[in-house]
Amino acid sequence: MTTLPSATGKKLGLVIDLDICVGCHACAVSCKEWNTGGYSAPLSDIDAYGSDPHGTWLNRIHGFEAGDGTGGRTVHFPRSCLHCEEPDCVTVCPTGASYKRSEDGIVLVNPDTCIGCKLCSWACPYGAREYDQSHGVMKKCTLCVDRIYNDNLPEADRVPACVKACPTGARHFGDLGDPDSDVSKVVQEREGYDLLPELGYRPVNKYLPPRMREVDRSHAKPAGERPAQIDAVHAPTAVEKFFGWADRVLSD
Amino acid sequence: MTAANTQPTIDTSPVVSDEVKATTCYMCACRCGINVHLKNGKIRYIDGNPDHPVNKGVLCGKGSAGIMQQYSPARLTAPMLRTGDRGSGEFKEISWDEALELAAKWLGEVRENDPRRLAFFTGRDQSQSLTGLWAIQFGTPNFAAHGGFCSVNMATAGLYTLGGAFWEFGEPDWEHTKYFLMFGVAEEHGSNPLKAALGKLKGRGTKFVSVNPVRTGYSAIADEWLGIRPGTDGLLVGALIHELLRTENVDLDFLIRYTNAGWLIIQDEGSPEDGLFARDGDGQPLCFDRQNERLAGAIDKHVVPALSGEFTLSTGQVAVPAFQLLVKRFLSDRYSPGAVAEETNIPAETIRRIAAELAQVAFQHEITLDVSWTDWRGEKHDKIVGRPVSMHAMRGISAHSNGFHTCRMIHILQILLGSIDCPGGFRFKPPYPKQTPPLLKPSGKPGDVRPSEPLGGPHLGFPTEPEDLLIDADGNPQRIDKAFSWDAPFASHGLMHMVINNAFKRDPYPIDVLFMYMANMSWNSSMNVPDTIKSLTGKDDRTGEYVIPKIIYSDAYYSEMVPYADLILPDTTYLERWDCISMLDRPISEPNAAADSIRRPVVQPDRNVRPFQEVLIDLGARLGLPGFAKDDGSPLYPGGYPDYIVNHERKPGIGPLSAWRGEFEDEWGVGTPNPNQIEKYIENGCFAVHEIPEDQRYYRHVNKAYIDWAVKVGYRITDKPVFFQIYLEPMQKFRLAARGHGSVTPPAEHRERIRTYFDPLPFWYPPFEEAMVTQDEYPMHAITQRPMAMYHSWGSQNAWLRQIHGHNRLYIHRGRAAELGIADEDWVWVSSHIGRIKTQVKLMDGVNPDTVWTWNAIGKRAGSWNLDPEAAESRQGFLLNHLISELLPKRGDGYRYSNSDPVTGQAAWYDLRVRIAKAEDTVDGVALPQFEVIGRPAAVPPAPANLRYGAEFGDPTT
Amino acid sequence: MHPAYSVIFFTTSSGAGYGLLFLLAILGALGLLPAERWFGLAGFAIALGLISGGLLSSTFHLGHPERSWRAFSQWRSSWLSREGVLAVFTYVPSGLLAIGWVYFETTSSLWNLMAWLTALSSVATVYSTAMIYASLKTIPQWHNGLVPPVFLILALATGAVLLNFLMLAFGIWQAWAAVIAIAALLAALALKLRYWAFLNTRSREYTVESATGLKQFGKVRHLDPPHTAPNYLNKEMGYAIARRHSERLRRYVLTLCFIAPALLLALNLVLPGMFGLFPAGAAVIASATGVVIERWLLFADAEHVVNLYYGREAI
Repeated sequence: MTTLPSATGKKLGLVIDLDICVGCHACAVSCKEWNTGGYSAPLSDIDAYGSDPHGTWLNRIHGFEAGDGTGGRTVHFPRSCLHCEEPDCVTVCPTGASYKRSEDGIVLVNPDTCIGCKLCSWACPYGAREYDQSHGVMKKCTLCVDRIYNDNLPEADRVPACVKACPTGARHFGDLGDPDSDVSKVVQEREGYDLLPELGYRPVNKYLPPRMREVDRSHAKPAGERPAQIDAVHAPTAVEKFFGWADRVLSD
Repeated sequence: MTAANTQPTIDTSPVVSDEVKATTCYMCACRCGINVHLKNGKIRYIDGNPDHPVNKGVLCGKGSAGIMQQYSPARLTAPMLRTGDRGSGEFKEISWDEALELAAKWLGEVRENDPRRLAFFTGRDQSQSLTGLWAIQFGTPNFAAHGGFCSVNMATAGLYTLGGAFWEFGEPDWEHTKYFLMFGVAEEHGSNPLKAALGKLKGRGTKFVSVNPVRTGYSAIADEWLGIRPGTDGLLVGALIHELLRTENVDLDFLIRYTNAGWLIIQDEGSPEDGLFARDGDGQPLCFDRQNERLAGAIDKHVVPALSGEFTLSTGQVAVPAFQLLVKRFLSDRYSPGAVAEETNIPAETIRRIAAELAQVAFQHEITLDVSWTDWRGEKHDKIVGRPVSMHAMRGISAHSNGFHTCRMIHILQILLGSIDCPGGFRFKPPYPKQTPPLLKPSGKPGDVRPSEPLGGPHLGFPTEPEDLLIDADGNPQRIDKAFSWDAPFASHGLMHMVINNAFKRDPYPIDVLFMYMANMSWNSSMNVPDTIKSLTGKDDRTGEYVIPKIIYSDAYYSEMVPYADLILPDTTYLERWDCISMLDRPISEPNAAADSIRRPVVQPDRNVRPFQEVLIDLGARLGLPGFAKDDGSPLYPGGYPDYIVNHERKPGIGPLSAWRGEFEDEWGVGTPNPNQIEKYIENGCFAVHEIPEDQRYYRHVNKAYIDWAVKVGYRITDKPVFFQIYLEPMQKFRLAARGHGSVTPPAEHRERIRTYFDPLPFWYPPFEEAMVTQDEYPMHAITQRPMAMYHSWGSQNAWLRQIHGHNRLYIHRGRAAELGIADEDWVWVSSHIGRIKTQVKLMDGVNPDTVWTWNAIGKRAGSWNLDPEAAESRQGFLLNHLISELLPKRGDGYRYSNSDPVTGQAAWYDLRVRIAKAEDTVDGVALPQFEVIGRPAAVPPAPANLRYGAEFGDPTT
Repeated sequence: MHPAYSVIFFTTSSGAGYGLLFLLAILGALGLLPAERWFGLAGFAIALGLISGGLLSSTFHLGHPERSWRAFSQWRSSWLSREGVLAVFTYVPSGLLAIGWVYFETTSSLWNLMAWLTALSSVATVYSTAMIYASLKTIPQWHNGLVPPVFLILALATGAVLLNFLMLAFGIWQAWAAVIAIAALLAALALKLRYWAFLNTRSREYTVESATGLKQFGKVRHLDPPHTAPNYLNKEMGYAIARRHSERLRRYVLTLCFIAPALLLALNLVLPGMFGLFPAGAAVIASATGVVIERWLLFADAEHVVNLYYGREAI
């Protein structure tokens, strides 16, 4: 049913730390790998070895530059479904294949009832939905719904594949509806934010901003030239001064 | 009706695999532990092994794409013999028996006549202790892996200076460090550990400074990015040293205790001893003992060496402490921040501030661990003091012709801060540290090479004097790559990048068989691709035969190199084979633990292929090589590679794997071979970890308990402590030879070069290409960066990874582009002194304005890797390699040195200088040059159009 | 947005069909059209044919057309579903109306009610079609108050041009047929000009800074796409048209869709009778071509905010 649940039991989602994402694509590929044989199987690759290879991916990593000069920075930017609280992608679905789970808020597509009209992908501002040309249905991030509750996996693995794979630890998974959860706390602490909040989709996933830099965060100040001993006859060279110091230190 | 009532019921707990097999990844050199999850015999997915010491459960994009490597259509399917011309791709399938017989015949003839005429070089090989052993037993001096174009500058500078090195021999103390300074790293051998560490560092607010001309990847998340001009890192480091000295922020105690700073250097110009250590009658170096005010053995237990002063020796010669020479050099104006600011593109005040930050963290935030330990003198310490500044450096330093000296400077910076193998500093990984340098000399001198006889010892080593070089009486190189000759005396990893060029020129001599493994030498692993192809296909005018008569090549995939070989021995994928990541080679140790691992077959090959190591062992037996065949000619290892891994002993009790040795399966390092050893590794997840006790984890260069243990398990051959060499006497010996002293002196034409670059103290000089071309003509630097999602998985046969990096563009600074009239996505000509390429540009802000760069090894030759010849890799992708000469421009007498570091022979592919100009002529969107399309042999079936991998794993919605 | 021909044909063909159906129903109910069998048969065949062809064409771009029946279920939230439901519903009154008209040659009493229902549901269906697009907040060029009236008036105008031709062909032409069509065309022209003016002047409110949340660091520029080859999103939503090209096409639309048919129909006013079929037919062809270009342009001019992640700075 594509009308939205009035409230969801949990608000499961991801928190992406842009401060430490190095853009390695580990999350994107591990997502592809898990999901091509999982709930969304297959994530097809069209013209896989040809001149126009394009496959279905549920997570993609962009590169941006923000600012100029010494204040500028390069930001690697993972982008996947944000599991919005007001997802138009769900409400536009004519068949009910798209739905937001009432128990945990995960936005899913039922591949058995999707007619492949693509309208949901048009309704998503975040590019989270990708049409699988070979399967004829829409695919999207499932938050690894077939991992996070999976009794057949070790408990530590019951997180989305991208979270498990991420080498820098830039991806966090949890219940953003629970203010005491680790993810909620880190969002609070680091001022996590929504993408395109003005559209009103109320994303559950949050992004943690790159930390502001203090180039001179350490309070070390370059030591100035020590006042040279005024010596009319012989001004010590830098080498002599250095060994004068070394000598004093070693004599102590 | 509520929404919940109509939600489909989905199986959130599907059975995802019926078997999980642990093994070791091989998508790059990181060697992460992986769990391969199988369903109905096919790979369902691969994830990181949470127990593994390297990756601790995480996995990079390449590792996760292993499935696509396993089922790639570019896999070779059978042994092949070339039928068409080299490069045509025309082959016929042959049986393994035919292939091995033919290989044994070719190789056997060489061995019986002149073993030098085999050149055996392996690329991204992780079994060098086996391949090296094979080459020793064969008797050829011509063996090495790809280190010569990878990172030999780092390994050599580190091993001569510290007895360990950046690269894989050590790493920052991630747990304790409070300041991390990284040079020239876009992606790394230890990629997942580095990523994990950076995430943690940033999380706890540890400052991370990245020195790199390009701001991507790791540099993107650095707290401070220094967009240095390529090749000038030595000036930056020199200026940091200058500042530390000027501001009197140096760990003098560390220098006195652990380095040769106080060792006396003879100052006697013109004498054959000039610049050598003053030594006593036993050959021990001398110092001036401040306590007793007299000369004393520098490593006597109770001396306090003076660090400055002039002292007269019993010979009447004057000597000064090494440190005094170092201070004099680096306090000179040449290395003042103001003097280097313009050349490095880093403001003087920034350099001063960074130096101050380093000093502040090192000396005001020292770490003390309450752990008692005993040093080599027997002196007990009740705590371990750490200066928590750590550093790491890699190819941005390594791949310049001044890389050896620059890397030495970085180590000296670490030494001055006292941050080597201490808490928070740079830490060794067992089996390092070794002696400075390791006590191993290269083999292959003229008398060492005899028909049908093994070589006297290992190929690669660490010369300390001219007598160690592999040259004949006239000073001519003995190796085909000219390693350990006057061209590259400290070429401790060989010069693989010169093999084909030299073999074609028959310089120093012709070869009969070129035997290579996993080395894409006709493409991205060579500088100057067009000339390399000419060398591979060039024929002798008189005989009409190829100048390089026979080429045997082993690869798992249809790479660009395959069509240029005559006999193809198809390898398996990494998931179909045994492997051994051995303590004898490049283990997976961590600072706190010695560790090694294996790779085991998790799926069976569905093609007529064999693992290269099995093939090599088979060939060894067929050739009757000692160590591979019994006296009766039967194979010594009938069980193949696993048999070898378990039963081979390099020395009594020491074999490829360290754990579960001995009768009771409880010995680490030394013990009798255990037939159950491999089973034990498999049970343990295909790796073994030996934790180092707490008191042996730091100061291992002088830590008595550690040294004793390291000797016992065979990591070290002496119990002597390691003294860090700020002054490198072996270099002075070469310099003296260049001045005409000693029995082995360089031919006149080499003298100037040896005199200049064998300076026992590091110094900065402009990279050779920069010095030899005019700045007006080639004003820009051109370098590559290693894309994290492709690094070491360059093939593009991987359907997933090639979507991420299907083609590359040339990145150029926005401001510089504007000056050149170049807009985003314009096409440009990039010209170097040997040629030009056409490519598309992308403007960016985060790049040094004098530098253009692109991703490494994305461009592919049309028709290779079983890709559509119209693939973006071939049509829009490009290599900078076409612009990089493997030789420097001619010297006065016409001689052309290789484009390499003069000390180590490291290929200097980051020295490239170019000119950029907008391409007005065409807008067809095709990069140039384009090479002839390679044909596809029948043994490489056509690639499928679309993939639906995973569809077979059942309907998940039921 | 990528202009998909199936969708362009669907909206223009069914739009003209519903426009014609609406006019037949209203004018029939008002007794302004004769309830004559052959005229009725032709009129309803054309109207329902255009509608059915359009609807059928809309299923061509589905991944699973065999499941399209499921699209009738979510009328409570989905305009696409509503459109489907209404489109199917419209067959009922319009079918009955057609039976009355063609078999019984009457449009009174119950048939009159069917006529009004047909008119109403035709309007509702076209409105729903428009709302499929207008409801998408992700595409500012569609998500505005002008899109539904444009769809409605263009449906009416193209339907009216058809009716004019049909009445001429059956010899029952009256001047008001041309007048209605001209009026609808001019109204459509006015709305379309206003729409284009809106496109030209609307502020580009969505920015890459907001899409990435990186405004605090300064200007944000796209550096690298996630994959070097175009993916589904790029192919489906990354379609961009040069301003110059767009303006040229707008002139074609102005000429073909509005000015030419209006002038041709004005010619009808002075040249009725069988000779009038030529300008009337030409008007049909011109408006059909024009409206297809108009619809193509409606897609091509539309920018999806996802492009902010792929290099567009503001949308």
